[in-house]
Amino acid sequence: MSKRKTERLLGLVVCLLSTRRYLTADQIRAAVPGYPDPDDLFKRMFERDKEDLRELGVPLETGVNHPFDDDPGYRIRRQAYELPELRLEADEAAVLGLAARVWSRAQLEGAAAGALLKLRAAGIDEASLEAGEARSDIEPRLATPEPAFGPLWEAVRDRRPVTFSHRAAGRSEPQRRELEPWGVANRHGRWYVAGWDRGRQAVRVFRLGRISGPVKFCGPAGSVTVPEGTDVRELVRDWDSTPPADRTAVLRVRSGTGFGLRRHAVEVRPDEGEPGETGWDLVTTRFADVGAFADYTAANGPDAVVLDPPDLRDAVIARLKGVLA
Amino acid sequence: MSASVTSTERLQRLLALVPYVVSRKVVGLAETAAAFGVSERELVDDLNLLWCVELRAPVPYCPIDLSYEGGEIVVSQAESMARPLRLAVDEASALLVALRMLAEVPGLEDRSAMSRLIAKLETAAGEAAAVSAQVAVQVDMPDGDGAEGVAAQVGAALTAGRRVHLRYYVPGRDEATERDVDPMRLLVVDGRPYLEGWCRRAEGVRLFRLDRVLALEVLDVPAAAPAEAEQRDVDQGLFRPSDDDVRVELELSALGRWVAENYPCESVTDLEGGRLRVVLRTPDTGWVRRLALQLGEDGRVVSPPDLAAEIRDAAGAALANYAELPAVGTRPPGEPRRITGSRARPTAQALPFRSPCRLGLR
Repeated sequence: MSKRKTERLLGLVVCLLSTRRYLTADQIRAAVPGYPDPDDLFKRMFERDKEDLRELGVPLETGVNHPFDDDPGYRIRRQAYELPELRLEADEAAVLGLAARVWSRAQLEGAAAGALLKLRAAGIDEASLEAGEARSDIEPRLATPEPAFGPLWEAVRDRRPVTFSHRAAGRSEPQRRELEPWGVANRHGRWYVAGWDRGRQAVRVFRLGRISGPVKFCGPAGSVTVPEGTDVRELVRDWDSTPPADRTAVLRVRSGTGFGLRRHAVEVRPDEGEPGETGWDLVTTRFADVGAFADYTAANGPDAVVLDPPDLRDAVIARLKGVLA
Repeated sequence: MSASVTSTERLQRLLALVPYVVSRKVVGLAETAAAFGVSERELVDDLNLLWCVELRAPVPYCPIDLSYEGGEIVVSQAESMARPLRLAVDEASALLVALRMLAEVPGLEDRSAMSRLIAKLETAAGEAAAVSAQVAVQVDMPDGDGAEGVAAQVGAALTAGRRVHLRYYVPGRDEATERDVDPMRLLVVDGRPYLEGWCRRAEGVRLFRLDRVLALEVLDVPAAAPAEAEQRDVDQGLFRPSDDDVRVELELSALGRWVAENYPCESVTDLEGGRLRVVLRTPDTGWVRRLALQLGEDGRVVSPPDLAAEIRDAAGAALANYAELPAVGTRPPGEPRRITGSRARPTAQALPFRSPCRLGLR
């Protein structure tokens, strides 16, 4: 940290906030202490300072006071700079304190802390805020363990296209993708990005955990247009959702086992079986996908037997044979 | 912390410090330092720096005047810095996404405060709030019979400090269990609500995923978690292996990679052709058995060997069940109509089927 730089930047902000007119670089240099004399050094430093302020979100405007002015000037409009008046009730401030905890140890933790600092500075009641921060009856968290989250969030925020390498489920090799990201969504604790896949010329959803290696920007900020009415959450849900359970299976399930199979069953009745044989039930249930339901059934091992339909039965047998292979 | 703070980070703090004091008229040094997460010394450095700001042209002057005599800060002149800077896109998004997630958590009583706050922040953030709509978090709601009320009941039990009786589904063992629990808090981690509480059956702190609660009854008994009941440190992960856990080594095909995505693994090693070797720790090998049976050829337990043998036995016993059944419906030609023990495992060895198995191997 350089104290001199902080002082200079602070002076620059105050200087540009207190002027209504655009100030040229030379006027700024005269007013703000800390800039070097040689022109080229000053120019370089001033450029970097402007960059730093814009990164902080300071709305630096460029313009001329008079159409005949040669050099552009700079100013910060107070209306664009200042956080509008914001009054919170005690319960709202408490909820704010709770919400600021959500990103603890995750990607937007710093952003949440920065926001809270500004809201404190706006005069939010400290006691209520702290009550929310200290609440111990609830712990809400949102984690971002996927390294791709950071760059993808930036890409969404800045509307930039990206490329990355992604391994689809069951694929042995990852594939290169070029995506115009429309948004990110968390579903069942996993992050997804949805957008326009330039290679496939179609809308696609990718799981962040399956992206390997770096996510790189491949176009300028602002070059992605998100279609009106895009609902990222819906896109991810549609991609991830299971089809309706429109098929029926009949299974033989050992008594006292297979709770999961029985839980959503249409009918459960004792299986008479061969004379003198007890301990089995006939379970009729609905399912959607043969593969997924075969997995689920096979997990029961010798406690569940598929009687019908044959394709489900074959799929379960294949799983079991796979175990022995 | 100051050592790692950059010039722009400190500038951010300074830009917030002036309005913080201005909005409170007068405020203590200690209190302010705590609010900004700095030491009093660092705060005094900040105040001195602000006081020293000068502009030299067109007329030299000092825009900020303040004092902190007697430990009380007063800003008597703040010029154009009396208000904080607007929320940046990242900042507005962080809060709005978090709040929208909270607003979906079932059973929270301050929902109205949340929606009011969301509306106020959206207004205050203006354009910066727009991008937050492109980040969505889904909170899983409990489903199933009567589960609509489960979350609300958990909330009520926590507020009233009452014990609950749970009928709870344990998928690893595929069982419904009954237990009394002293609720400690509600965890919402990665969009899933959990009840953390002292389980009187296990005599330990347990997590219960609300979507697995089959039924819940708030009892007319005060919750009494013992002093040794410690809240879990969420930063360390919800599921931490204990020393008593069994170490299980699994080899997964490309189609079985989802295991590494779904369960916390101690290690994950890439093998050829998209295959993976993972190590997990579990207190319950019954769960691994179920997992391996469902994975079929896409996952193989390498160790412990007893568990690997147990899984093969179970698969063999399950196949034997099919060998005895009459075929149903039609099969594609060439498919075996019946699978015999020897076909399932074409070696000379007898399969050591475990009882209770209806048929065994003949």
